[in-house]
Amino acid sequence: MAYDYEKSIRPGKLPHIWCPGCGHGIVMKGLIRAMDTCELDRKNTAIVSGIGCASRLPGYLDACTLHTAHGRAAAFATGVKMAKPEMNVICCGGDGDGTAIGGNHFIHACRRNIDMTYVLMNNYIYGMTGGQFSPCTPTGHNASTTPYGNPDPIFDISKLAIGSGATFVARTTAAHPREIDKLITQGIQHKGMAVIEVIDDCPTTYGRRNKFRSVVDMMKRLKTEAVPVKAAAKMTAEQLEGKFLTGILFQDTEKPEYCDQYAEVIKKAQGA
Amino acid sequence: MAKKVALLQGNEACAQGAVYAGAKFFGGYPITPSTEVAEVLSVELPKVGGKFIQMEDEIAAMASVIGASLTGAKSITATSGPGVSLKQELIGYACIAEVPCVIINVMRGGPSTGMPTGPGQSDVMQAMWGTHGDHAAIALVPDSCQEIFTETVRAFNLAEKYRMPVQVLFDEIVGHMRERIEFPEPGELEVIDREAPSVGPDDYKPYDSTKGQIPPLADFGSEYKYHVTGLNKADDGFPTTKASLVDAEERRQIDKVMDNIADIESNEEYMTEDAEVIIWAFGSTSRSARYAVNELRKEGIKAGMFRPITLWPFPAKRTAELADQAKAIVVAEMNLGQMVYEVERVAQGNCVVVHEGRVDGDPINPGQIMDKVKEVL
Repeated sequence: MAYDYEKSIRPGKLPHIWCPGCGHGIVMKGLIRAMDTCELDRKNTAIVSGIGCASRLPGYLDACTLHTAHGRAAAFATGVKMAKPEMNVICCGGDGDGTAIGGNHFIHACRRNIDMTYVLMNNYIYGMTGGQFSPCTPTGHNASTTPYGNPDPIFDISKLAIGSGATFVARTTAAHPREIDKLITQGIQHKGMAVIEVIDDCPTTYGRRNKFRSVVDMMKRLKTEAVPVKAAAKMTAEQLEGKFLTGILFQDTEKPEYCDQYAEVIKKAQGA
Repeated sequence: MAKKVALLQGNEACAQGAVYAGAKFFGGYPITPSTEVAEVLSVELPKVGGKFIQMEDEIAAMASVIGASLTGAKSITATSGPGVSLKQELIGYACIAEVPCVIINVMRGGPSTGMPTGPGQSDVMQAMWGTHGDHAAIALVPDSCQEIFTETVRAFNLAEKYRMPVQVLFDEIVGHMRERIEFPEPGELEVIDREAPSVGPDDYKPYDSTKGQIPPLADFGSEYKYHVTGLNKADDGFPTTKASLVDAEERRQIDKVMDNIADIESNEEYMTEDAEVIIWAFGSTSRSARYAVNELRKEGIKAGMFRPITLWPFPAKRTAELADQAKAIVVAEMNLGQMVYEVERVAQGNCVVVHEGRVDGDPINPGQIMDKVKEVL
């Protein structure tokens, strides 16, 4: 039986803005399935985004949705969660939005370990503005603003999240749709800052500049380069060259969650 | 029963005013000379079940305030010139998304880092035009510690009533001076909460203005689900590029303020009835202006003072009337000429308008204003 996504989609809001071959729609379906698995009450759920293709996602979903300014999703979401900790807070957005203009908010949300789930769609590029290089565009690759090849080194988003103090960090790709909802589900169920990096593709502004002849080629690349954490443990450094790890990369259930910490502040202030 | 009194700094009075108004969320970032507002609220808010968070930067502070306000919490931030510059994009977001919030700006010198511990009044145009795009602004400029308290309460009231950001600007002198404050009793000052939707969740549109210029705002996390965006949007909150809808929404958001100036405007006048020269001053400068009026009157010069307490929307009507009545208006402000241009605009050449400014970190003193008055008459 076909999965009923329609009950989660706002009537009249489709078709979405994403290009054919874009991975964001796969991520949105994964998010819907995860929210269903977790039985999230949509009216008690805030979905917060910044600016960019991936940040258009909340507008399609039936919930309290907040499409903010470029890069600011985590900071708006922090305000929502602090003011109403009983709400489920989910952030979504792209790599440029989350780790360039929004990098400061991203790392500090991780540091605080505030209870939210950040689904970061990493397609290596600024898609909406036409394909400028992002902090995740591989060195040497082509973008509209790197006419001689990208001279910049990249961010490893998952390592950035772990290093900044997030307590659930996972990675998967748009070529692994079942793993997307599994990991987002675990992220939502995790108390604290959960980052799920989903590597997906932008055939329109990244693929065509970087010798991918088709979306299928791009999907194959994701399948070839993704190595599950367990499998990687048995591989040599040489074998892992040019690959990236997928699955749960880090989890810590000991670090206190931020709103819980602040609840203690309130108790102290009220002389309890 | 005698009222509770205290010797409070302006910044402390601001924080106490926020608590009186029912503030439940502060998001901020440390900056001189506004820091005491944050420090006091970090103590007071958790006592009333409110939240205080020091964010990673000024932009994040503004973002957190908007996010918190959407859940229904009365929200406030405090900063100074450089911080307000950083917040500008999101002040515009609060304008277009119509999210109530209060922004305290304890003004120092500038541009850039300027003179962090010195007073200034050079953010008054920034308060109106700092964020890009067409929008309305409300900015209040108290001149005493007591008035900082009451105007902070009024800022929350206006923010909640008109569903928009409201700025309170006081210069460092008022922010850091200490005066006796009488705490109003609960209920003594009006406290306004935002209007709740009158329709059920299925019929709710966050920008439906069919019943009035200011659509009710539902809380995130209540029975209502809706969409908020910084894009131009239709009455249902979803983005649109349809010209007629964009135009109507943009105009409504300005009209909701400009059609209600009588409710928002607040001025004080001192000996203006027969005045031939008006000293137009606000904030700490108005204290020097008042002194100058008294001294000039002793010398037989018919001076008076006009003091806007609501700086934006600009008090155009009353300023124009005074321009008709007086021979001259002296605009005294701690900058090199900002509000004077608005005064000139509405005076329309009906009287002489001159500027007396100062940006060296010292206040404008009465003698300086008196000299200017004598020079112009």
